[in-house]
Amino acid sequence: MLAPDSVGRTFAGADAISISQSEIDAFAAVIGETDTTIAPPTFTIRISLDQFQNILTKPEIGLDWSRLVHGDQKFEIFSPVKAGDCLRCSATIESYRVAAGNEIVSVRSDLHRDDQLVISSWSTLVVRA
Amino acid sequence: MIEVGTALAEKIVYIDRAMLKAYADASGDQNPIHQNEEFAVSVGLPNVIAHGMLTMALVGKYVTDWSGGSGSVKEFGARFIKPVIVPADEKVDLTINGTVTEVDGDQIKIDLVATSAGVKVLGMAKAVVIKK
Repeated sequence: MLAPDSVGRTFAGADAISISQSEIDAFAAVIGETDTTIAPPTFTIRISLDQFQNILTKPEIGLDWSRLVHGDQKFEIFSPVKAGDCLRCSATIESYRVAAGNEIVSVRSDLHRDDQLVISSWSTLVVRA
Repeated sequence: MIEVGTALAEKIVYIDRAMLKAYADASGDQNPIHQNEEFAVSVGLPNVIAHGMLTMALVGKYVTDWSGGSGSVKEFGARFIKPVIVPADEKVDLTINGTVTEVDGDQIKIDLVATSAGVKVLGMAKAVVIKK
């Protein structure tokens, strides 16, 4: 069960995350992208999911990550990510409900380069009954 | 001329266990359901399944090949409705199609369909791009 008072809360990531060329290259290679001057559109999921896991599994939040599946995903990209970017991330728990025993959590991730919002993404995560 | 109804050429990508391992390493998602058959079966799955985000990344590549590179995507979303099942020593298809549904100035909206072994794996898959 997710702690009820956690819905609506925003959590700031502890440190800015710097993006290396080798990370972009590895991600691009899997999907056959040869131009790695810009990260593929879904590249930042690695940052967002990691932050969601850190937040949602905190004892006071209490989500069971081991039974989690990804329900849906959406990105809004305002500025493409490149190697050398230093991104600050914050995550917001937007909603939580239980349906047929499954816990359904909607979370938003906002990535900033300095004061500029670079990418917002929304994930629906489902903890299976 | 790009207009509502314009179809993007179909593309078939093949997914195997080696690709799942490469994606796990590149994305940091080391969930064993994407690599370990025994574990996947133990949690009620038919076999190892691809990461939903790998499927989405491959569909993203399909979009950006058409629209002019990774920097051309403004919005991209999908629902993971069925898993892509990846048996050992096999290559399974991911068959991707797209249709233009809206043209608004330089912004183009595309509906995307992705199937594997004839089963639709993504729902509500859409992208908004600025074509270069």
